[in-house]
Amino acid sequence: MRDVAVIGVGMQKWGELWTKSIRDVFVESALLAMDDAGVDHIDSMYVGSMSPGIFSSQEHLESVLGDYLGQPHIPATRVESACASGGLAFRLAWMEVASGISDIALAGGVEKMTDISGSDATYALATAADMKWEGISGVTFPGLYAMMAVAHMDRYGTTREQLAHVAVKNHANGSKNPRAQFPFPVTVEQVINSVKVADPLNILDCSPITDGAAAAILVPADQVKNYKRPGVKIIGSGHATDSIALHGRDDLTTIRAAAEAGQRAYEMAGKQPSDIDFAEVHDCFTIAEIVVSEALGFFEPGQGGPAAESGATAMGGKIPINVSGGLKSKGHPVGATGVAQVVESIEQLRGEAGERQVKDARVALTQNMGGSGGSCVVHIMEVM
Amino acid sequence: MPPARSWRSYPQTYRLEAGRCTSCGAVYFPPRLICSQCKGREFETFSMKRTGKVLTHTVIRTPSAAFAGDAPFAVAIVEMDDGVRLTTQVVDADFEEIRIGLPVKLEFRRVYSEGDAGVINYGYKAVPVRS
Ligand SMILES: [Zn+2]
Repeated sequence: MRDVAVIGVGMQKWGELWTKSIRDVFVESALLAMDDAGVDHIDSMYVGSMSPGIFSSQEHLESVLGDYLGQPHIPATRVESACASGGLAFRLAWMEVASGISDIALAGGVEKMTDISGSDATYALATAADMKWEGISGVTFPGLYAMMAVAHMDRYGTTREQLAHVAVKNHANGSKNPRAQFPFPVTVEQVINSVKVADPLNILDCSPITDGAAAAILVPADQVKNYKRPGVKIIGSGHATDSIALHGRDDLTTIRAAAEAGQRAYEMAGKQPSDIDFAEVHDCFTIAEIVVSEALGFFEPGQGGPAAESGATAMGGKIPINVSGGLKSKGHPVGATGVAQVVESIEQLRGEAGERQVKDARVALTQNMGGSGGSCVVHIMEVM
Repeated sequence: MPPARSWRSYPQTYRLEAGRCTSCGAVYFPPRLICSQCKGREFETFSMKRTGKVLTHTVIRTPSAAFAGDAPFAVAIVEMDDGVRLTTQVVDADFEEIRIGLPVKLEFRRVYSEGDAGVINYGYKAVPVRS
């Protein structure tokens, strides 16, 4: 297997991009990544997109996007793993280059979520849960994570305020990210008093509906010298699945797929949680970040809540988490999220994150998750 | 929901039929073709116990379209006395009364109706067991 590096990334400002089609949204970010890398062609691409069929009435997306990116006839693949689609696309592009099949692969992700009504979007997202055996109860995605929160609060004493601190921190980080959908701060009081969605989660505990795309260019590490930008090496990749239904899992207070994927990535990279300088994790809901920060070994089980409250996960803390603003503030176009985590990591590791820069960052971890934890992808990247 | 899709799940939604692996005893709801624990492929069908307890719960205040008229409503993950776990609404209960460990039993109820023709989907919902 060849070592693989990222030499270019791109992402437009996210939000409600109602003047742009899914094609334009994707191509815009993909071209930013190709320009950043200094390439005018790619050998292949993998694009994460959860549900273009429902959101955009368009399946067979790989054909559309390869063509509109000006790369006719390339091998292109659309990847689906719910909200982990982007992270999985990145992993497949890494495998494509590592295996020797391609020398320049594009990993992308896109979702155009705001064209359809809120309830149709809720339905599209609900298909990432067990439609039959969870769906019969009328439970929603916020409801599934709310039930994790209730179990976590019961076992560990995690508090409503600690959940709010995750949102407060991520909005504070996102307020320094010019590409974030909601780049403004919120307070603990605002989160706790915001509209109830699924007890104990309120609207400000939830990531938003977003249009957006992100892309990265991957090449063999020993060819980085042929390109204009510094390379960042992918040193670990882990992928795991679990029961799609939350009720199918033994422990409701953790996300086993995140722990398994993390373990596999740490092992490949030869790193431990304490070696990670910062992490971009899947904070689709505030409780998710707390649970994942424990599953990835940054904190002991039950300590994720106190860590969020104490500032250990804030900029300058023990392990800064979601310095980009996370899904919460940056936005969550589901298929694009996993690749956007890579975009932030590469910019940080190149020292180009401006106001958000993590000082002396050399090793980054990204964690992208599908559904309530039915799939998870983790990557670890290091400065070359 | 397409009629065939509803029909296929009647053994579970109407009669609470689960599968038990004949080699290791693992239980599955709905039944499966291969056991994740021992890889066995022989199962016996049994009608699961109607009683169990709440493992975790929430109140859905922003529902999906199919359940729009029902909100707010309580949902829980329930472990039945023979080990089956499922996600279900909890009804005939005050929200404040629902807690982890609450004893419940499953009852046959209307789940939702759809379309102008008013096709009604029935299934199970949990109610508190009051002594
Ligand atoms: Zn078995």
